[in-house]
Amino acid sequence: MGPEGYQELNLTSDSPTRDNILIANVDKLINWTRRSSVWPMTFGLACCAIEMMATGAANYDIDRFGSGPFRATPRQADLMIVAGTVSNKMAPRVKRLYDQMPEPKYVIAMGACTVSGGPYIKHGYHVLKGVDRVVPVDVYVPGCPPRPEALLEGLFRIQEKIEKERILDKHRKGQKPAVLVE
Amino acid sequence: MADKAARKELIETVQASLGEKIAEVDRDVIDPFVRVEAKDWPEVALFLRDRCGLDYLACLTSIDRGADGLEAVYGIERMDAERLQITVKILVSKDEPNIPSVEDVWRTADWHEREAWDLMGIVFTGHHNLVRILCAEDWEGHPLRKDYKSPDYYHGIRNNVV
Repeated sequence: MGPEGYQELNLTSDSPTRDNILIANVDKLINWTRRSSVWPMTFGLACCAIEMMATGAANYDIDRFGSGPFRATPRQADLMIVAGTVSNKMAPRVKRLYDQMPEPKYVIAMGACTVSGGPYIKHGYHVLKGVDRVVPVDVYVPGCPPRPEALLEGLFRIQEKIEKERILDKHRKGQKPAVLVE
Repeated sequence: MADKAARKELIETVQASLGEKIAEVDRDVIDPFVRVEAKDWPEVALFLRDRCGLDYLACLTSIDRGADGLEAVYGIERMDAERLQITVKILVSKDEPNIPSVEDVWRTADWHEREAWDLMGIVFTGHHNLVRILCAEDWEGHPLRKDYKSPDYYHGIRNNVV
């Protein structure tokens, strides 16, 4: 017996645990698995969605980075790529979809419209002036629309962010609360 | 699109048959049109559909003419190879922007009229479901009017930034 409460591992040759031990830093291990399978939500709002589809298709092949399975439900998704113009009518739906995603969850604001309202900033009475007014955004990808390489770069930034996370910290501490949409 | 001679001929036929129901005709502009009063519009519409065979309302545009009022522009076509076409304009005042609905004449008028109501505030009397089609249900005002000011806040979200 080892220290009180702990049982010493039995590593003799007839023990079933003998070949099944893996010792790793828990943060590194969990972050490695998370960043290697960032599943985005199938969620295209406007022309940026075309570039998002191109990013998923064979030429740019987002599958190389573990982010291929675009889920058709927020409950299976880790990443929301807000691809396209968010209208005022759509904003409460975006917020609701975000709320339905399980933690940990991340948001990429893809394209000029979602970053700031883009070309609609002055006369677009119907356009939300930046999706960060309803959901907390992790990475902004500018462009009109951004090329698939730019979206991939945004994904890498998300992966870098995941790698810095500590599992024992309260998750996403200090995150600004999302704007409430009634 | 039908050639210009055919369109002019159609306009002449309409004018000859309906007489004083046609308030104004302009054959020499790029898009020849007839203008009718709002109250005469249902009769003219039925004539165009049943007697001239124009069976398709392809387009309904609304224009803010400032002090003159609001204008609705109907592009009506015949669905055949020649695409015979006529343009009808109706001008109404901003105080009483009422135009009789023609959704019973052309099915496509249903959504077209809802759009013109939503964005320009023209009231199509007799429409069975005249509610907003593009803006949110609780949106206030008609955004494509020249004097429209977009709200500073919508559901607590700041809207205007410039």
